[in-house]
Amino acid sequence: MAIREKLSGNEAVAVAMKQIEPDVVAAFPITPSTEVPQYFSQFVANGQVDTEFVAVESEHSAMSACIGSQAAGGRTMTATSSNGMALMWEMLYIASSLRLPIVMALVNRALSGPINIHNDHSDSMGARDSGWIQLYSETNQEAYDNFIQAVRIGEHTDVLLPVMVCYDGFITSHAVENIEILEDGEVKDFVGEYEPLHYLLDRERAISLGALDLPSIYFEHKRGQAQAMINAKQVILDVAAEYERLTGRRYGLFEEYMLSDAEVAVVVLNSTAGTTKAVVDKLRSRGIKAGLLKPRVFRPFPYDEIREALGHVKGIAVLDKAEGFSGAGGPLFTEVGSALQGIANVEMTSYIYGLGGRDVTVDHIESVFMDLKDRLADGKGNKITYLGIHE
Amino acid sequence: MAYRFKDTSKIPERLSGGHRMCAGCGAPVTVRTVLRAIEPEHRAVISSATGCLEVSTCIYPYTSWHDSFIHSAFENAAATISGVEAAYEALKRRGKIDEEVKFIAFGGDGGTYDIGLQSLSGAMERGHKITYVCYDNEAYMNTGIQRSSSTPLYANTTTSPAGQQRFGKVQFKKDLTMIMAAHDIPYVAQSAPYRNMKDLYEKSKKAIYTDGPAFLNVLSPCPRGWRYDTPKLMEIIGLAIDSCVWPLYEVEGGKFRLTHRPKEKVPVREYLKMQGRFSHLFNGENEEHIEEIQKIVDSRWERLLELCEES
Repeated sequence: MAIREKLSGNEAVAVAMKQIEPDVVAAFPITPSTEVPQYFSQFVANGQVDTEFVAVESEHSAMSACIGSQAAGGRTMTATSSNGMALMWEMLYIASSLRLPIVMALVNRALSGPINIHNDHSDSMGARDSGWIQLYSETNQEAYDNFIQAVRIGEHTDVLLPVMVCYDGFITSHAVENIEILEDGEVKDFVGEYEPLHYLLDRERAISLGALDLPSIYFEHKRGQAQAMINAKQVILDVAAEYERLTGRRYGLFEEYMLSDAEVAVVVLNSTAGTTKAVVDKLRSRGIKAGLLKPRVFRPFPYDEIREALGHVKGIAVLDKAEGFSGAGGPLFTEVGSALQGIANVEMTSYIYGLGGRDVTVDHIESVFMDLKDRLADGKGNKITYLGIHE
Repeated sequence: MAYRFKDTSKIPERLSGGHRMCAGCGAPVTVRTVLRAIEPEHRAVISSATGCLEVSTCIYPYTSWHDSFIHSAFENAAATISGVEAAYEALKRRGKIDEEVKFIAFGGDGGTYDIGLQSLSGAMERGHKITYVCYDNEAYMNTGIQRSSSTPLYANTTTSPAGQQRFGKVQFKKDLTMIMAAHDIPYVAQSAPYRNMKDLYEKSKKAIYTDGPAFLNVLSPCPRGWRYDTPKLMEIIGLAIDSCVWPLYEVEGGKFRLTHRPKEKVPVREYLKMQGRFSHLFNGENEEHIEEIQKIVDSRWERLLELCEES
């Protein structure tokens, strides 16, 4: 039975964490993710969960403790943002190479410097090559749903990779929305017991983890890790299908909004997709064939499926809430571009928007669609546009 | 029952031979002695910082460790084992585990005094039931003998070299054992693998069976960095102890206790002259530096005696 609730994004994720009731949560506070361990430690204090909460002295130790815990055989979770995840950087790669399905709430915040506590995606985009599965969430509901599915995705034996569930700092983390949550028992049944194949506390067999790999084997281990990420795509879809049967809410690799007949489309992650939907509705009412593609899964990147979904669109604007400093457009732009390589007559353009929490309004998004239309008409336009910047 | 090396040496090894640590290295002797203190019927999970010990004992697909072992990175052996211990507590509470498991972390002085100090301090303050063992060889040996905050005054290392103007490391050795004692954890000790291993074995036993965090700082000389002939390992450790450069003591429930008092305090020069890392002090022109070291050793020793209420 679905329960209707009014929850902030952080609260929704903390509630998901409570319902999953992992063995260990190890976390260090950083704005705007702080509320997640705060809510959770209150659940521990109230005896609502019997999870071991480890209040570590840094994010580096948070991820190190998560690695120790998950390797020991405990289901383990954490939450962080921005510089907190940057401090974990070294350990992110080690968590994925040890094939430990840790689940992390990554509340997107601009990465210093300059220091800024507001939302953009420079933190998670910087970690895109760390071997973590990345799920993005437009709303509080999606953050909650993704968090529960993340457990099953990461722990699947074809995958065994850590998963970060990304949602926008403040916009999603702090704003309260009406959402539907599951019963505790439904969540417990959905995630099931954690039954690792190999773990440190296995009484039957001692294991060694983190061995030195010489050139004779390192390459093969990385290849295996790459295969796990490739395998993850189908597992994500299978888990989503099962979750849909439970909740009626449908998830895929990405969401298409008015895309099937669109001439111009925006590709954008997280909460700005909501703003974009409003603009698409408005433009459609004026007869403009506008559409949206909102990736949910950024790692593994669904190249073939995105190519299929966008192949017919004439003008595509990819909006990145991270600079990336490639000199050739944002990270989402370059990925979408490589998905579409070889397709003729597509006008693609990169927009960098909202860095450090700069507001993005319906007017901004509308201007993107209008620019796309102009570009299709006269073939002129910037390769990279900084949307809403004060020139 | 009184300690007898003949008996403890028969306890099955938990670190297999055939690893790649150097002959004459103190670290594997330290590790084997510490692990012998675990009751044979108890399991353990070991974590190790990146360093000589880790890269020499766990090279894929081999491992020297009979117990479960995890290495994740350089600066976080304490945080990693604290996560393992947290999972153990949770799984025990949920009835998934019912046996006694001991948790031990090993790190060199690089991973403990320096890059891992924060992680160690955090894990100790949180009160995990873990034993952290620093095998202190007084420099970053794994990367080729660079100075650490544990390197003693005037030791020649590759980043504190003796030259025309300087005489090795210009700073004192950090007193980590005292820093850990200041954490007010149940058990802290300074030891070394020496003679019949009684001191280290007994302290390990106490540490591992203390209900809460424990820290052992164990002098573990390195023949490559200290420049001594490998068979002289025990002799060097003996001189470190008897010159009071490395006093043996423990802090239990806040109470300091000297566990060995040299019958006759050996001049520090006897200890230094056996080691190539101090050879530049013995060229006839740098004698005053040896005196300076002696003064520091004397002053630290006196301070320790006061803490132990000995005189």
